[in-house]
Amino acid sequence: MSEVLVLVDHADGTVRKPTFELLTLARRAGTPVAVFVGATEAASNAAATLAEYGAETVLVADDPVYQNVLVTPAAELLAHLVGSRQPAAVLLPSSFDGKEIAARAAAKTGSGVITDAIDVDADLTATQQVFAAAYTVTSKVAKGTPFITVKPNSVAAEPAPATGAVEAIDFTPSGTGARVVSVEEKPASGRPELTEAATVVTGGRGTGGDFGPVEALADALGGAVGASRAAVDAGWYPHAHQVGQTGKTVSPQLYIAAGVSGAVQHRAGMQTSKTIVAVNKDEDAPIFELADFGVVGDIFDVLPQATEEVKKRKA
Amino acid sequence: MRIAVFTKYVPDAAEERTFTADKTVDRDTDGLLSELDEYPLEEALTFAEAHGKDAEVIAITVGPKQAVAAVKKSLQIGAKRGVHVLDDRIAGSCVLSTSRVLAAVVEKLHAEAPLDLVLTGLASTDGVTSAVPVQVAERLGWPAATVASSVEVADGKVRIRRDGDTSSQFIEAELPAVVSVTDQINEPRYPSFRGIMAAKRKPLDTWTLDDLGVSGDEVGQAAASTVVQSITERPPRTAGEIVHDEGDGGRRLAEYLAAQKLV
Ligand SMILES: Cc1cc2nc3c(=O)[nH]c(=O)nc-3n(C[C@H](O)[C@H](O)[C@H](O)COP(=O)(O)OP(=O)(O)OC[C@H]3O[C@@H](n4cnc5c(N)ncnc54)[C@H](O)[C@@H]3O)c2cc1C
Ligand SMILES: Nc1ncnc2c1ncn2[C@@H]1O[C@H](COP(=O)(O)O)[C@@H](O)[C@H]1O
Repeated sequence: MSEVLVLVDHADGTVRKPTFELLTLARRAGTPVAVFVGATEAASNAAATLAEYGAETVLVADDPVYQNVLVTPAAELLAHLVGSRQPAAVLLPSSFDGKEIAARAAAKTGSGVITDAIDVDADLTATQQVFAAAYTVTSKVAKGTPFITVKPNSVAAEPAPATGAVEAIDFTPSGTGARVVSVEEKPASGRPELTEAATVVTGGRGTGGDFGPVEALADALGGAVGASRAAVDAGWYPHAHQVGQTGKTVSPQLYIAAGVSGAVQHRAGMQTSKTIVAVNKDEDAPIFELADFGVVGDIFDVLPQATEEVKKRKA
Repeated sequence: MRIAVFTKYVPDAAEERTFTADKTVDRDTDGLLSELDEYPLEEALTFAEAHGKDAEVIAITVGPKQAVAAVKKSLQIGAKRGVHVLDDRIAGSCVLSTSRVLAAVVEKLHAEAPLDLVLTGLASTDGVTSAVPVQVAERLGWPAATVASSVEVADGKVRIRRDGDTSSQFIEAELPAVVSVTDQINEPRYPSFRGIMAAKRKPLDTWTLDDLGVSGDEVGQAAASTVVQSITERPPRTAGEIVHDEGDGGRRLAEYLAAQKLV
């Protein structure tokens, strides 16, 4: 069976959940081979968890150039691996880095690239949602090696123990490209990551800048906090939390929109959530068209009461 | 300072967006300059203003007849010159082919007089791949500094801030470079009455594949590197239960969550 390469998304060797989802999809179409870009030591720690989710081989690319130069070295690496291993496909996470690495490697190898897939079949047919999720489109790569980036939370990661043999890659990227001069870490919020969270509570312009009740409900439910663009533009919440076309796409089990009107660009980022709940004082707000459950009311009354009630039920 | 800006013509997201029988985006509907391409245009104009009279901002659109509207709007907003690549053979092109055409445009302009920057949007509002900018850079052999929330140019280098989830990166690249910018970078201006009048006298070139030295075999649906198999309209979500808060809205919300086993 041919190999399917999976680019590992990790922080210092701690593998992020979307990688396990990619490995789960990769198994359908071939033998999963994880491509780990980072320190060899971190790779050997990661190898065990990668093997648990089906990685037969863990290829390790350890070179400071991958940290010091933006996107290009990883694209060169994947183009090299496509040439040397002839995989059936390459799967990557749908982050900006993932999409750009895929696009560049695809251009290098004359391949087709499909971004933001939500599913990949055994025959490498990819499913996407387009036009603010109004349509579901399936497509296939017709040239070169398929490069497919997959959105987080698209499939359930399923363990399938494999060997996970660690192998160093003998390849040195050119080192040309845009350089990373410095990195500024952001303080951790202590909440789950937006795109990975099972519950997301989003505040909009209706918060008037007070995200306290939104955060309190998110914490009671163990969820992440999202924000509409209106709230981000007003400077009330960081852009990294924006949900929508120019922010994050989320697909949690539960999405609660508080004081959000439901503009098409916002919908684009949350429409595929399993259950949608809306709280808005305007009963004609378009968000109610999507809601499985809606409360017409003031978020400053409804959210605190809901938070208390959730806490009581959990206690 | 000579800057090329990619300005795509896209279907209006506020209207119904559909597909044609050959499974490509229906571009015969109401369209406009992609909102996300107003940001690189604004950034380019701000640079040009700081560099005085010699600065030149060129807006480039690849698309069908009606796509010229995106170039015209860019001229009204303030670009000095427009380029519309119009060729029936391009219809149904994949990203790989689109990047081929755009790279050829950049090469042609760069041969006329050197460009310093190519500025692009973060993503098109219809394709949303974010693949075109880096593929163009790859073809040109230029560095790409992407997802910029701020851009500075000095000493033959471009420096950007790139905000991620857990960190912000500060990126530097030699000019000429391709830079994609986010919608956090600036407040795009609107065309002024004077701008609208002035736009009528600005040069607007219409180029074909032959002008660019690109072969028809490299573009269009027949040459596409990705092929659409099926398109289905998502069924509308079934209407849910809406309650009015009469002092118990929060409690009822929590009860709903509990009933759905979400608590
Ligand atoms: C190119 C482009 C990209 C965009 N990308 C995004 C994106 O990624 N994400 C995004 O969110 N938007 C995006 N937008 C903006 C989008 O069009 C809307 O402007 C935005 O989503 C509105 O945010 P909002 O719902 O918070 O504000 P509004 O539309 O102003 O709605 C606020 C809502 O709060 C309600 N409200 C007010 N006070 C209360 C209260 N006390 N209690 C309960 N309800 C209350 C009001 O009834 C109203 O419905 C984009 C726009 C463009 C042009
Ligand atoms: N047909 C086109 N004409 C002009 N610019 C384009 C075209 N397609 C893509 N672009 C540019 O590339 C960016 C990213 O587009 P995409 O890769 O489609 O998400 C857009 O914001 C535009 O700046």
